[in-house]
Amino acid sequence: MPESKPTLLRFVLQSLGHMFRGPPAYWVWVGFLFALILLGGWHYYLQLRDGLVVTHMTNQVSWGFYIANFTFLVGVAAAAVMLVVPAYIFHRRDIKDVVLMGDTMAIAAVTMAILFVVVDLGRPDRFWHLIPGIGRFNFPQSMLAWDVIVLNGYLLLNVGISFYIVYNHYQNKEPNERRYFPWVLLAIFWAISIHTVTAFLYSANSGRPFWNHALLAPRFIASAFASGPALMAIGLQIIRAISDYPIRQSVINHLALVATIALQVTLFFMLAELFTEFYNEGEHAASARYLYFGLDGHAALTPWIWTAIALLCIAVVILMIHPLRHNPIYMNIAFVLIIVGVWIEKGMGLIVPAFVPTPIGEIYEYTPSLIEVMVSIGIWALGFLLFTLLAKAALPVHCEYLRRQQAREQCNWDGFERRHNAD
Amino acid sequence: MKRPDKDKSPEQVSDLARRRFIKGLATAAGAAGTVAASGGAWGGSTLSDAFADFFQQHYQRMNKDEIDAVLERIERQAKRRYGVDIDCRNTPPREGVVFGYAINISKCRGYRDCVHACVEENNLAPDTQYIRVVEMDHGSLDLRHGDHYYDHDTVPVEGKYYLPMQCMQCDNPPCVKACPVEATWTEPDGIVVVDYNWCIGCRYCMAACPYQARHFNWTTPDLAPDDINPDTHYLSNRPRPRGVVEKCHFCVQRTRNGRQPACQEACPTGARVFGNLLDPDSEIRYVLKHKAVFRLKEELGTEPKFWYYRDA
Repeated sequence: MPESKPTLLRFVLQSLGHMFRGPPAYWVWVGFLFALILLGGWHYYLQLRDGLVVTHMTNQVSWGFYIANFTFLVGVAAAAVMLVVPAYIFHRRDIKDVVLMGDTMAIAAVTMAILFVVVDLGRPDRFWHLIPGIGRFNFPQSMLAWDVIVLNGYLLLNVGISFYIVYNHYQNKEPNERRYFPWVLLAIFWAISIHTVTAFLYSANSGRPFWNHALLAPRFIASAFASGPALMAIGLQIIRAISDYPIRQSVINHLALVATIALQVTLFFMLAELFTEFYNEGEHAASARYLYFGLDGHAALTPWIWTAIALLCIAVVILMIHPLRHNPIYMNIAFVLIIVGVWIEKGMGLIVPAFVPTPIGEIYEYTPSLIEVMVSIGIWALGFLLFTLLAKAALPVHCEYLRRQQAREQCNWDGFERRHNAD
Repeated sequence: MKRPDKDKSPEQVSDLARRRFIKGLATAAGAAGTVAASGGAWGGSTLSDAFADFFQQHYQRMNKDEIDAVLERIERQAKRRYGVDIDCRNTPPREGVVFGYAINISKCRGYRDCVHACVEENNLAPDTQYIRVVEMDHGSLDLRHGDHYYDHDTVPVEGKYYLPMQCMQCDNPPCVKACPVEATWTEPDGIVVVDYNWCIGCRYCMAACPYQARHFNWTTPDLAPDDINPDTHYLSNRPRPRGVVEKCHFCVQRTRNGRQPACQEACPTGARVFGNLLDPDSEIRYVLKHKAVFRLKEELGTEPKFWYYRDA
């Protein structure tokens, strides 16, 4: 708590202090994540030592599990706007109270997305070639150059806005909306852009018909607005359960509604794609045939994609029946189904089939190697840890601010700690 | 006229190399692993050479002195790594020359002599081949139903024809557009090249190429010192580091000195015609003018400088 002058240094120290204070359960969680990060780090070391030969990628399937996870996470990061828009544009007070958590999740997600690209590089030591000015940046030609800009820009925007708000709260000042609102507006468009650019990265490839169609970007956005809010809703409920942070049920219901609509649109888009591919099936549909039905006896992804479709269909039914959607258990089941379903559909289901068959007709199947899976787990753990630490530092400040500003019930992690330490 | 097909499919070779590699890792974390690590990303460098590697500028940004220093370093590294004296040059493109290639598919018999000549000329790793010859059914141009890895006792096989493929050196290359760091570009003589010291290994160009012409060094290329061709060029067949993309470059080291590419010289049937598209008297211009030619995937707008034609 700020006793004397609330300086920046004090703010940083206090935030660090919050990160390193917590009940045993907190330390078990952090330790668990840390162990997974070390495990991932060790496997990344093996990959650095021996080269990308330790993955199961080939010249035929030259992108795999890393890029699949990257694609999913860009969607999660973009979905933060589903809190930002109602909070700042429609002035929903309940959502404005939690919008900070949406930004925090976006920071964690976009960090993971960037890391998934870094571990996919054959020469991470040459990363500086991507830095405009020092390196040589193929902008605006290369969609990957665009992606570097939008992802890093989005990270900076979210860090900047979150920091500004939390720091003002720490100083017990009302953040000046006139100063930060333009940035929020920019961040809203930017969020859509990160996912659009990432979709264009794929749909730009005229040699790969599975990607090369105009529906890819809309489909990306739709499935992102299903999976992102689902993940966010689960995260918010967990925070509500373990802290006194006032998260209204209306926020969760809002996210559930967004996920419902986005999921309906996603499934409709999938249907439109299936029809177009298969009604008059030509060579362009070879990848889709491989994914959905198998091609020339190769069908490694078929069970996965039908599982994803089944999960998404069950989820949409649950969410469309109002009594079920308002039942916390069913609602959360639907959220989990959406997250898993979209992760399959938009990850492996979107990346790998574009390479099978190759543009000149070879068929090579791909499943990730143990090292790829371990490195990916490490990155996910790092993202969870980042979210945990940021939330741990921001929540007490935010709660303190809310308490003082609105005389709300005391709500912070200290309350949680006292309760648990008393046990 | 049938001849033995001494080829092993690149798929088999690649698979073998990989299995051997993984096995080496598993049995003794030493053996294969240490070789790969020490040979590794630096290519057997000293610390100062490794630093110079790290800070090296883009090829097109270096002046003559800087490039000369780089060429010397590359020769030093090859000596240290393979014990071989190579000659790495930077021959510039010739004025008024744009290279093009045409293949007479009624003459190609599927011997794959071009494939092997290319491997030897260009210091390719055992699992990499720039040229693939696809065995196709008469009456179809559908690559998916062609056999990329045919392995018969003799070729040609009745009812089949043979379609050699390599980098098409597109005039509108999707790979160049894709590269986020301009590590690949079109030279004035029309050849799409890669700066192996600038490529970051993101493999976006491989996703962009409609012809599967780009190959990645998943591990440090395992070259036998005795097989190394010492006559090299910075933009073409010098030994490559690991983690970067490479591709057919129309034998820059030969063609810029007025020679034919290795694949053209090796072809025993005379199916390959290579030359200057800007010279109206060249053989390739004759072919384009007098034969019914086609290009692969022309509808994608890539404008390949690589044509196919048939006699009669």
